[in-house]
Amino acid sequence: MTVKYTEDHEWVSVEGDTATVGITSYAAEQLGDVVFVELPEEGRNSNKGDELAVVESVKAASDVYAPVSGIVKEANSELEGAPETVNQDPEGKAWFVKMLITDPTQLDAMMDADAYKAFCADL
Amino acid sequence: MSDHPPLAQTPLHDVHVRLGAKMVGFAGYDMPIQFEGVMAEHKWTREHCGLFDVSHMGPCLLTLPGGPREDEDAHIEIAKLIETLVPGDIQGLEPGQARLTVLLNEDGGILDDLIITRPYEGDQQGRLYIVVNGATKEDDWALMKEKLGDLADLERLDNRILVALQGPEAEAVVTERFTEAAYLGFMESRRMVCKDLTCIVSRCGYTGEDGFEILVPASGVGHIVELLDDERVKPIGLGARDSLRLEAGLCLYGHDLDPQKTPVEASLTWLISKNRREAADFPGAAKILDQIANGAPIRRVGIQPLDRAPAREGTEIYAGDKKIGEITSGGFGPTVEGPVAMGYVDREFAKTGTELTLMVRGKPRAAKVAKLPFVPHNYKR
Repeated sequence: MTVKYTEDHEWVSVEGDTATVGITSYAAEQLGDVVFVELPEEGRNSNKGDELAVVESVKAASDVYAPVSGIVKEANSELEGAPETVNQDPEGKAWFVKMLITDPTQLDAMMDADAYKAFCADL
Repeated sequence: MSDHPPLAQTPLHDVHVRLGAKMVGFAGYDMPIQFEGVMAEHKWTREHCGLFDVSHMGPCLLTLPGGPREDEDAHIEIAKLIETLVPGDIQGLEPGQARLTVLLNEDGGILDDLIITRPYEGDQQGRLYIVVNGATKEDDWALMKEKLGDLADLERLDNRILVALQGPEAEAVVTERFTEAAYLGFMESRRMVCKDLTCIVSRCGYTGEDGFEILVPASGVGHIVELLDDERVKPIGLGARDSLRLEAGLCLYGHDLDPQKTPVEASLTWLISKNRREAADFPGAAKILDQIANGAPIRRVGIQPLDRAPAREGTEIYAGDKKIGEITSGGFGPTVEGPVAMGYVDREFAKTGTELTLMVRGKPRAAKVAKLPFVPHNYKR
């Protein structure tokens, strides 16, 4: 299992042909108190960069983009009833979707944990 | 390069930065949007005492040319002048009484909402203490100067500190420093001295809670810092200010109110005093009085989304297939523990309980017209 990160502050955990996607601790901290998460329906076909989900804090709504192209296999419906999980455990329990990856080469350009850490430190 | 001029700073700017606030540009000022977090700050204010820096707003004094006087006639004279711009009964204010009103254009549209106070002190008559919104203050003051000319002198006080202390513990916090503040009821104001600083203390606010707004000389920064040492007091940013006022059903100028909306459309008909309706002598009176008599085409209402999705400003409101309005303020209410909003709808859909559909990111979501406020007011009557 490898975990990769995007400049939009998403994490992608890859196991076989499946990517589990969420937002990073940095992103959750920046958003503040999350009060609502809108998730895609299963089976949706998304291209890399498409709007995948919406996460809302008290202040504002923010888009979560598909970090890779793929088909949504499962959305984390637990977040609908407990959106605060995104603040409590963003890189664990608060995963957003599991996707079937259609173009694994897209993963190559993403950052590993160290590179992402350095990326955040420069912000 | 940005076309915007650099952001101004309030006298408390460095205090916010030192406290670790997240800062944003607002009304031309670099202001704190949050300290520890919107949710926590909102709840703290409803339960204890929140301190808000509102020094970006536009406090000013409007005074008869000869300066303040001691006679009752002086108040009537200055009140008559400002009444040419607003529909409220300013002549009828008692000494130390404050009133919310609106600046109107000739079409009855709202140019700003503001609070006008008659000084309590006997030697300060012929003068009004006025607080306008930060984003509109330059335009408001230009309008007052244009319309009133040499008949009144306008002194801006926006180089001072203006703070709001809001919440159930605000009374204890404030009266320990200003003993006389205990005598103030809601919308009452007096000049008071604390530690050699002459302040204007008014019992009002923008959260729905009991509280005070205090105008302090700019040299009083140290006293505000001391106030923050009080364990009942926490600094609150603009984020919680917005969620608090939305739950309280209070309008935000530039969002819920603008020059295209009349006070009747804005459900602020109560601001138009009875004697002013009879006199019909305020800007846009013909249109506004017609709307009072026959109804306005649209109305501002509270809107309660029926699921968890917040509906933000600009969200379209439908009844069946027909678009009947738009959300003007919307978000999450931490005290309500759910989404809350307000907006304008066509008059036939303004009744409490009317079922509506909100189009949130292309998805229809059920809502209904709700009574305002969402959280009961807790004013000191």
